[in-house]
Amino acid sequence: MSAAETLTSAVKADAPPAILLERVNKWFGSLHVLRDVNLSVAQGERVVVCGPSGSGKSTLIRCINRLEEHQEGRISVDGIELSDDLKALDAIRREVGMVFQSFNLFPHLTILENCTLAPIWVRKMPKKEAEALAMEYLTRVRIPEQAGKYPGQLSGGQQQRVAIARALCMQPKIMLFDEPTSALDPEMIKEVLDTMVMLADTGMTMICVTHEMGFARQVADRVVFMDRGEIVEQGEPEAIFSNPQTDRLKLFLSQILRGH
Amino acid sequence: MSDVALNENMPNDALPRTAPKRLLGPAAWARENLFSNWWSTAITLALGYLLIRYAVSFVDWAFVNAIWTVPYNAAGQPDTSACRDNKGVGACWAIIADKHRFILFGTYPYDEHWRPLLVCALFVGLYIVSAMRRFWNWRLAVIWAVTLTVIGILMWGGVFGLSFVPQERWGGLPITLILATFGLAFAFPLAILVALGRRSQLPAIKALCVLYVELIRGVPLISLLFMASVMFPLFLPEGINIDKLLRAQIAIILFAGAYLAEVVRGGLQALPKGQYEAADALGLSYWKKTGLIILPQALRLVIPPLVNTFIGFFKDTSLVLIIGIFDLLTAGKTALIEPQWQGFGVEVYITLGLIYFMFCFAMSQYSAGLEAEFNRHRRR
Repeated sequence: MSAAETLTSAVKADAPPAILLERVNKWFGSLHVLRDVNLSVAQGERVVVCGPSGSGKSTLIRCINRLEEHQEGRISVDGIELSDDLKALDAIRREVGMVFQSFNLFPHLTILENCTLAPIWVRKMPKKEAEALAMEYLTRVRIPEQAGKYPGQLSGGQQQRVAIARALCMQPKIMLFDEPTSALDPEMIKEVLDTMVMLADTGMTMICVTHEMGFARQVADRVVFMDRGEIVEQGEPEAIFSNPQTDRLKLFLSQILRGH
Repeated sequence: MSDVALNENMPNDALPRTAPKRLLGPAAWARENLFSNWWSTAITLALGYLLIRYAVSFVDWAFVNAIWTVPYNAAGQPDTSACRDNKGVGACWAIIADKHRFILFGTYPYDEHWRPLLVCALFVGLYIVSAMRRFWNWRLAVIWAVTLTVIGILMWGGVFGLSFVPQERWGGLPITLILATFGLAFAFPLAILVALGRRSQLPAIKALCVLYVELIRGVPLISLLFMASVMFPLFLPEGINIDKLLRAQIAIILFAGAYLAEVVRGGLQALPKGQYEAADALGLSYWKKTGLIILPQALRLVIPPLVNTFIGFFKDTSLVLIIGIFDLLTAGKTALIEPQWQGFGVEVYITLGLIYFMFCFAMSQYSAGLEAEFNRHRRR
């Protein structure tokens, strides 16, 4: 963990970690999907998680806001430990925004309603204020003119940008991205990545599961490579991509480079 | 630009062409669908002949040769001999003219018939108001509570100078509307709770909901009504007597609840898991997630089977006749018992059928409109 610790201190010297995973284990039935995962993410740090499919990277970030339950180990977010205590879970979910591969916008609500729903009902924000906030974020992801439409009327890239705006409307401290560009056509990937780069520039703490190596090089403070439920290697993007230490990472890199 | 180069290599027949012409107008439609070849023409002519023949004889029977009124003798009894001579040739609508108040209101005291009439009007008004989306907020609950209270007062009386009418004397259309309206108004929320409970992660709640649905679905409505009317009072301590109509009402609510619960569950299951996860990730609590995200989508998906079940139960309320409650259908049948009017069942049943049809057709038309409006967001 020494490499990670030096990275952590490089980002913010004395602040407690935004996310801390200690010896986290998870099984789906008899399948061991997370094996003794240790990960510490500092506030303001941008972490990209990559690895072959089925390596447990999505499961890892879904454990952070408990869309999946881990069975062993400890996870704490912003100093709050994830447990069966529903109050703690609510507090964590308020601070953690998530963007999904399949967007998961609410199709029966307009774009604006998608964005204002949680601020109004979870943060108890007055409707006017929530709408102003939503318009601000929709402007930032560059689709304010779509506010009155329904998700089904938007392209995939636009929907994913709305999903990012929806998560930001809760003003989270941490954003989780679960393969945000995997369901998109190539020409739409860039518009979503640009939005994420812009978000990274604001200093948001981000964990992003993605295969977009260009994005990783551009914004990540650290790249984490997972395989078969374990963190195999981690470090600065340049070190990971140009100087892989393990055979598994070498194999993975050769495969995705061949794919591109 | 490689894609431009691609276009240049396209063969000529890939150039845009005009769409094939479509013939329009009723004549073109008929030629295409009814007279496209010789056997299609033959079938069209044969069916057309039968259709016109039976339509003509029905119009003859129902309107041209029909008898609309009959004379009354000195004792006030109708003289139906004209109708009997005309049997098979023309309808005898005089039975409706003579008996319509009995069919509509049963044995409710004759001089007080304005009360059940007003009740029916209130019910129809309630349906219309409930159908309007701008009332879909807390006001609707108030409107329902007030209207149903007024309906209770009108039917029972005993206050505000209205004479008391015991439940045994109620009958006809108000009974059908009461059973159907209260039945579905209580069964629907019950069904939603049961459907949610069946998907609950708490084993006790889940088991209870499964048990309820399977138990109720496993028996015919008639046996439930029998239990409510015959067996249930045996279990009550002496001196306590729950109104027979109320017992039948509870049986109908429980029965409809089980069926509607399965319809609602179908909608819940059709929703992608991502919708639940997105709501969870935003920090919505279980009830907010259910009320704001899950149910609005799930219920829209199941409007057709939901209305199907609603219509089915509206008509099933007529089964209460087996425990001696006088609904619309029973009142119509009873009207036929009178010696002068025996044998004129067709006219009465056609009339009853029309009344049922009006309510059911209104429901299905409304649901079609609702579906179109709700599914707007799926259109591009």
